[in-house]
Amino acid sequence: MAVDIFASIIKAMELIISGDPELYGIVYRTLLFSGTAILLATLWGTPIALAISLKEFRGKNTIKAFFNSLIGIPTVVLGLLLFLAFSNGGPLGFLGLLYTGGGIIIGEAILVAPIIISIATTAIEAVDPDIMNLAKTLGASESQAVVAVLKEAVNGVLLSNLAAFNRAMAELGVALLVGGNIAGVGMRTDVLTTAISRYTQQGAFDLAIANGIILMLIVIAINMAVIVARKAKMLLVEVKPWVERIKR
Amino acid sequence: MNIWQKLIIVAALATIIVVAGTIVYFNYVAKRRLIISTTSSLYDTKLLDALETDYEATHSVDIQIISAGTGIAIQHAENGDADLILVHAPAQEKTFLEEGWGENRKIIAYNFFTIVGPEADPAGIEGKTASDALKAIAAYGENLADQSGVTKIWASRGDNSGTHSKEQSLWKAAGYNYTEVSAEPWYGDVGQVMGATLTYADQKNAYTLSDIGTFLAYSKEGTISSVALLTEEKSLLNVYSVMAVKQTVAANQSYHEQINYADAMDFIKYLVSTETQQFITDYKKAEYGQSLFIGAVQPLKDDAPQPVVQWIKDFAFFNGSECPPQYRNGYPELYT
Repeated sequence: MAVDIFASIIKAMELIISGDPELYGIVYRTLLFSGTAILLATLWGTPIALAISLKEFRGKNTIKAFFNSLIGIPTVVLGLLLFLAFSNGGPLGFLGLLYTGGGIIIGEAILVAPIIISIATTAIEAVDPDIMNLAKTLGASESQAVVAVLKEAVNGVLLSNLAAFNRAMAELGVALLVGGNIAGVGMRTDVLTTAISRYTQQGAFDLAIANGIILMLIVIAINMAVIVARKAKMLLVEVKPWVERIKR
Repeated sequence: MNIWQKLIIVAALATIIVVAGTIVYFNYVAKRRLIISTTSSLYDTKLLDALETDYEATHSVDIQIISAGTGIAIQHAENGDADLILVHAPAQEKTFLEEGWGENRKIIAYNFFTIVGPEADPAGIEGKTASDALKAIAAYGENLADQSGVTKIWASRGDNSGTHSKEQSLWKAAGYNYTEVSAEPWYGDVGQVMGATLTYADQKNAYTLSDIGTFLAYSKEGTISSVALLTEEKSLLNVYSVMAVKQTVAANQSYHEQINYADAMDFIKYLVSTETQQFITDYKKAEYGQSLFIGAVQPLKDDAPQPVVQWIKDFAFFNGSECPPQYRNGYPELYT
C-alpha cells in the first residue's frame, strides 16, 4: 500500500499539537457521551448490585449469570436493537433519541450497565457480612447499614466504572447505529471510534490515525491515573500510623 | 422513604433528565434539523459536506447527513428516520415511489461506473465493453490454477447498495446468473462500503466495480494503485436522484409527524438550481482533471443532443418521466 504510515503519524501529531478544533470537538463529544453514560449506568447499576448481593431471593445466581453474560454482548447487536427501538417506526420512536447525543448516552449506559452490576456485585459480596449486622446491632437503620456496606465496597465500584469507561470509549456499534456518525456543521454525533471509521472510508488515513492515537492516549491516561490514585491511597493507609506515632 | 426507594428515584430522575434534555434541546433550542440519508459516494467524496456548508450559509437549518448505502437509505425513509434521500439505484427508487414512501423525485447528477483492477490487467479487459470485460474476468477466474477460494479476482460490495445493484445488472447483461457467479470461488464478497472494497481489490490484485468519484479520491491519495480500465458507456451510467420522504404513508397507514417536509423540498429546489448544478459539475474538477459528478438538470431540461441524455432517459426514467405525475405533490416549477 502506498500510504506512508510514518508520515501519517507525523501529520497526526501536528493535528494534536496544533489543537485542531475538529479533532478536539470529537474528543469533547466522546468524553461527554461516555462520561454521562457511565454516570447513568452507575446510578442504575449500584442499586441493582446492592439488591443482588444484600437480599436473599430465589434465582439469584441466574440473575448474576444473566448480567455476566450481557457483558460480552457485541456492540453492533445492541446498536441494531436500539436503532430499531429508537427509530421513528419503532416502539420508542416518540422519544426522538435517534441520531442524537442523548441516544448515544442511553445506548452506551445500557451497554456498560452489566459491567458495573457484575463487578460491583462481586465487590459488595466480598465485604464482610458482619459489617451490615454490626451496624444494625449498633442501632443503624437499614439505610445507614447499606451505606456502610457501600463505603467498604467503594473501591470495587470505582474499578467497575473504570472497566465500563474503557468499554464505552472504545465501542463503535452503538455510537454508529444510534448516533448516525453525523459530522459537518451544527449538531454532531461523531465520536472518536466512528470518526476513525469515517476517515478510513474516505481514505483520510492520517486523520484516522490521529483520532486513534488520541483514543489510546485518553484510555491509557485515565487508567494510569486510577492506578496512581489507588497506590497513593494505599500509601496513605500505610503511612498514617507512622505519622500518628511521630505526632505522639 | 427507605434507601431503596431513594436509589431508584435518583436513577430514574437521571434517565429522565437525559431523555427530556434531548427532547427539549431539539424542539426548542436547536435549529430545525433536515436529516439526509445518502449513498456513500456522495458523502465520501465530501460533495455533500460542501453543499451543506453552502446551503446552511443562507438557511437557518441544521443539515445532518447519514451516510450508508442506497438500501439502508431507503430503509431509513420507510421508518421515517430521514427527511430526504439521495440515492443511485433507479429500480429500487421506482419501487420506493410505487409503494408510496416518497415523492417529488428529481434526477440531479450523473457520472459513470468503471471497472478498476491491477495495472498489469491479467484478464485483459482494458478498452473492452462492460459485458466483454466481465466475460473476460469470469474466464480468467475459471482458468485460475488455484480454485480453493483463496485467490479472489473479483471484489463485490455485496451490501445491497446502488453500486451492488449495478454490478448485479451488469453480470445479468453479460449473460450470467448472478446467484451462480457470486458463488464462484474467485468471487469475493466484501460486504463493505466502496472505499473498503477498493482497498480489498487493490490488496488482492482483484477487479471491482466502482463509482468514478470514490475511485479518483482513493487513487489520488495514493491509497490504491489499481487503475480504471473501462471507458464511458451506457451500461456503466450512474444516475443520482433525490426524493422527499412522505409524512403520510398509505401502505401502512402511518403518519410521521417528525418529518421535515418543507425544508426537504426547499433543499431539492436548491439542488436543482442553476448555481448548485454548476457547483456540482465543478466540484474538485480542477483537482482531479475531470468532474466527479455532472449536473443533470439542465441537459435533461434542454433535451440536449448528447447521447448521455438519451441514456439517462432509458435508464432512469419511469414511464417517460423522471417523476411520473402521480408521484408529484405540488412544486410544478420542478418539472417544467
